[in-house]
Amino acid sequence: MTRLAPDVPARAMARSPLVVRRALSAGETWVFAALIILMAIFTGLAPGKFLTLNNLSLNAQTAAPFLLMAVGETFVILTAGIDLSVGFVLVLCGVVAGEFYLSNGGPDAGVGTIWLGAILGLLTGAAFGALQGFAVAKLKIPPLIATLMGLGVAEGLSYLITGGSDVRAVPNTLVSSIGTGYFAGVQWVIIISFLVTLVFGLILAYTRFGRYTYAIGSNPEAALRAGVNVDWHLIKVYSLSGLMAGVAGIVNLAYFGTTTISAHPLDNLTVITAVVIGGASLFGGRGSMLGTFIGVFIPVLLLSGLNIVGVNQYWQYILTGLVLGAAVYLDQIRRRLRERA
Amino acid sequence: MGQVAEPERPAVPLLEARGLVKHYGSVLALDGASFSAYPGEVVALIGDNGAGKSTLVKTLSGVIRPDQGQILVGGEHVNLSSPLDARAHGIETVYQDLSLAPDLDAAANLHLGREIYRWWPPLRVLNKAEMRRRAVAAFADLGVELKDVTAPVATLSGGQRQSVAVARAVSYASRIIFMDEPTAALGVVQRERVLDNIRRVRDRGITVVLISHNMPEVLAVADRVEVLRMGRRVARFIAADTTIEQLVGAMTGALTTEEESA
Repeated sequence: MTRLAPDVPARAMARSPLVVRRALSAGETWVFAALIILMAIFTGLAPGKFLTLNNLSLNAQTAAPFLLMAVGETFVILTAGIDLSVGFVLVLCGVVAGEFYLSNGGPDAGVGTIWLGAILGLLTGAAFGALQGFAVAKLKIPPLIATLMGLGVAEGLSYLITGGSDVRAVPNTLVSSIGTGYFAGVQWVIIISFLVTLVFGLILAYTRFGRYTYAIGSNPEAALRAGVNVDWHLIKVYSLSGLMAGVAGIVNLAYFGTTTISAHPLDNLTVITAVVIGGASLFGGRGSMLGTFIGVFIPVLLLSGLNIVGVNQYWQYILTGLVLGAAVYLDQIRRRLRERA
Repeated sequence: MGQVAEPERPAVPLLEARGLVKHYGSVLALDGASFSAYPGEVVALIGDNGAGKSTLVKTLSGVIRPDQGQILVGGEHVNLSSPLDARAHGIETVYQDLSLAPDLDAAANLHLGREIYRWWPPLRVLNKAEMRRRAVAAFADLGVELKDVTAPVATLSGGQRQSVAVARAVSYASRIIFMDEPTAALGVVQRERVLDNIRRVRDRGITVVLISHNMPEVLAVADRVEVLRMGRRVARFIAADTTIEQLVGAMTGALTTEEESA
């Protein structure tokens, strides 16, 4: 803590091998290590059951909607915001598409109708997210409250539209293609979620949109003074999160062949945990899509592992909650250490 | 008594404020404040806490709009409704809080708001290598040694962060840089470095407006000094002919060399 020459520690740090330093300080390395340890534990507890191609593929399918929502959530959290509404917007978008299919041929709907319904669902998500972004950016409602409000609205709308019972009239073509179909030996669900993650990972890392997302989360005042349209960017980011929940909603609809209205109350817990475990800071400005990608599999594999080992699956929520707490605590420590440096 | 600097200067100031008034609710932050900066000089803007320095700087850099008064750049009336307007007139500000994004690296901060790209929309991506290259060059120009332009700014020392902020302003500014308390958070060594930065910037023909509390520092680096008190300009000095006692006198109201009508 000598105030005499603050340049010295920085210079000393710069001398240690750059690659090693970067790898160790990168959040992704640690998350990946945690994931490997988790897999090793369950493989040890249930040899020949957990670490099988079949189970891993099943987990990747389970992870798909979470991964899609986590992509949007990553952008939101990087701006130092939060989106609690994701699972409920997922349901709303599925309901909008489902109702459209119901009144346009139901199970026998053609490809054109399927596309139209899907686009309707995605637009619903994007518009819903944009409204939440407007509440955050323009009305200055804290993200926690704005998206809690949105959560309630999405939930209410879903029940109002459907009258409380799931829409099951999902087009057969949708279910047999996106839902359960394969492309080159891999489920469409997995391909879509991985591809979307890759594309938005690249956008986050290599475009102005991504750079401004980090800048706003890091210091909104600096971004504003640098000429970044902070409000508009926030609206876009929340809209993206809604859009991703919409994509997840369509995938979910195709996968289960029903709107699963009541099955997503804790998706936000899983998604936010995944993003935070992945190294994103709730204070904004720090995190990566690779981290999120790895992070998503921790709660998902936890659930699968507990199931296989025969532990009541509700332990998953308790453990996920605790993991979220631990991840945020570690982030606090990291920040404090960095500020001292 | 303090000497009025006016007659020695070119007729047209590069930047001039006339009779600026700014209310914050019932608080009168600027009460007909005037200010002038001439080409190629370092002019210090001093005043006690609450004298209106920060408010004046914010109005002149487009962050806030005055309720009344005029701002002239090169003798022309201008309307600074955003920092981008100010930038368009070649005016940049290095703020007290440095205005850096701590999680971004030095190169990213240097180019924040005017990134360099490769390819074209919709596949337009950041040209990180080029931004890094230019960042290294910009720091070298300022005589700043920064070992790693890819390290987050938060990991840099206070002096290095200041250098990044200054380099950023210099590379934007074509005419005037405001530096708001640039040395407030720094140790002795860094302080010297910032004063060197200020001189280097001036030597490039860019006018520097230094806002500071530190009287010896002001007299060491400034060509002229303008004093603000209770939202008005109360005195102007040529630094070489001025003592700390005179500055303090003007700041506290013991000494007034000009009375302006707003």
